Amino acid sequence: MMSRTTKGDKKASQVVLNLEKVGVVFPGNLGSGDVTALKNVNLAMRDREFIVALGASGCGKTTLLNVMAGFIKPTAGRIRIKGKEVDGPSKDRGVVFEDVWGPGKDRGVVFQKHALLPWLNVLQNTAFGLKLQGVGERERLKISRDNLDLVGLKDFEQHPVFQLSGGMQQRVGLARALTSNPDILLMDEPLGALDAFTRETMQELILNVWHKTHKAVFFITHSVEEALFMATRLIVMSPRPGRITHEYELTFWKDFLDRGDARKIKSRADFIKMRETVLSIIHGEEEPEL
Amino acid sequence: MNTRQKPATNFLRNLQIWWFAFLGKRIRSGDKKAAVIDSYGAPGRGKSGLISVITVSIILLLWWLSTQQEWVPPLFLPSPYIVWQKFLLISCAPTYWQEFQNFLGLTSSTPTECIGFNDATLWQHTIASLKRVFTAFVIAVIFGVPIGISMGMSRIPRGVFDPPIEFYRPIPPLAYLPLTIIWFGIGDLAKVILIFLACFAPLALNARAGVRSVSIEQIHAAYSMGASPTQVIWHVVLKGALPEILTGMRVAIAFGWTTLVAAEMVAAKAGIGVMVLNAARYLATDIVFLGIIVIGLIAYSFDLVMRWVERTFVPWKGKAA
Ligand SMILES: Nc1ncnc2c1ncn2[C@@H]1O[C@H](COP(=O)(O)OP(=O)(O)O)[C@@H](O)[C@H]1O
Ligand SMILES: [Mg+2]
Repeated sequence: MMSRTTKGDKKASQVVLNLEKVGVVFPGNLGSGDVTALKNVNLAMRDREFIVALGASGCGKTTLLNVMAGFIKPTAGRIRIKGKEVDGPSKDRGVVFEDVWGPGKDRGVVFQKHALLPWLNVLQNTAFGLKLQGVGERERLKISRDNLDLVGLKDFEQHPVFQLSGGMQQRVGLARALTSNPDILLMDEPLGALDAFTRETMQELILNVWHKTHKAVFFITHSVEEALFMATRLIVMSPRPGRITHEYELTFWKDFLDRGDARKIKSRADFIKMRETVLSIIHGEEEPEL
Repeated sequence: MNTRQKPATNFLRNLQIWWFAFLGKRIRSGDKKAAVIDSYGAPGRGKSGLISVITVSIILLLWWLSTQQEWVPPLFLPSPYIVWQKFLLISCAPTYWQEFQNFLGLTSSTPTECIGFNDATLWQHTIASLKRVFTAFVIAVIFGVPIGISMGMSRIPRGVFDPPIEFYRPIPPLAYLPLTIIWFGIGDLAKVILIFLACFAPLALNARAGVRSVSIEQIHAAYSMGASPTQVIWHVVLKGALPEILTGMRVAIAFGWTTLVAAEMVAAKAGIGVMVLNAARYLATDIVFLGIIVIGLIAYSFDLVMRWVERTFVPWKGKAA
């Protein structure tokens, strides 16, 4: 099935990211065996595609994103961006991180798990990448302001980030990722910690931003509704070993961009039917296809 | 390239932005009395300044009362008044005051002679000690912070420095005082080295913890925006470690003062520590008290300054971002 972003545009179906038989095995510690976080994952991500990965906790979504971002080297298979083998992170892939509040548990020291830099204000955080890349001050501020405008934070550019609400912090994270003008945007449960209202607003905002910027997006969530609403392609993942079990091409996003009114779409009969189908898959009521 | 062109202006701008962040927080927290109610059960919320003032007043009052009523012999506990008199005597404040008035031409009396205690005035003692403690502290910062950062950053320095630091850290300075004297003599060098050792461990260990407290997300984000490893170290790790480095400085200077008396035990001409030790030899409890109060006040003032620095320069400390 073709991506529906822009009909007749040949570039729309160009593959930007290609995963072939990717596997990741984390070596086990004393007393626990190896963890197969990903096994035999194949995925061809096309230009302007909005891929949403859905699955229960621990099914390898973050690991998959980390592989795409170049933070983890897969133990099997290969990953290429526009034909070129991935070797570490690069500014062609912008990342918006999981928004987890409170102390992290994966290292000895108690620390806040956040990705913004609290010593910089909103504008400086957004311009940070360009500054490191050596872009001149006037240009980097202009680009950063444009992106802050895009996410609706124009009036907050001088605010310290640690005083912003969770939703606003994630918008800074989005603006920051967009500022380096990446080909691909990788988002790991960016809305997971937000309240239901802010979350719906953010879904619409992200869809609009995606539509305006023509990025290819890989978006992780564990909310079925969010996944169905936003995805051009939905991939459903299963744990032990982490793998893609189902794929769907979806068009609910298009109805939203054409006509607005997200609530109405989410309460439509076809939406609810799809939701129940996906839910029953995740709850294991159907045999996996793969 | 661009980032390093005008470090001075960048620094000033950052300073200004921090300053405004600080001001904004102060202003906002001023009209947010309800926050105390909102955060029911939050440990340690609310203001404690007034309580501290009351505590200090009660201690002073009890001190005064117990000497006034002679619950304790004056040799054990000199009265506040006597300590104050001793302060005037060995600080030579009246003499300085006379000289000052002569200088202004208000009077033309010959100032009373004043020799302080142990051939030095209280100021000379204090300055001698301040010099030792701060020299040792500054040297410890210069070495301890980079070493701590390198320990947090890579396994080789961690492997090299961890055993010696963890080994000497819990040893009381009095235990290795004889060694520092045998090795470095009875001059100021040995004293500074003793205080340096006390400051060094907390500085290094906190800098190390600071580096480790930088979230992997911040580092990954920087790489995804095109940062080089060196840029990540300078622009993410070091700044992220700043709050803990400042904490390390607070702890270190306190350790420095703790070690002062031990450092001045042998062959010091001037210094608060030696003043206290000599006074104890003559059972001059009032001077012992005076010395303790001076050390305490200096250490406390420095701590207040460091707390101010923390609020101003790392206002995000302890906040989720
Ligand atoms: N660094 C790691 N070391 C060992 N095991 C890991 C590591 N990261 C993730 N895992 C394991 O891999 C599996 C997938 O994790 P993850 O990708 O974070 O899942 P998700 O994001 O879907 O919740 C989990 O079982 C997790 O415990
Ligand atoms: Mg995850």
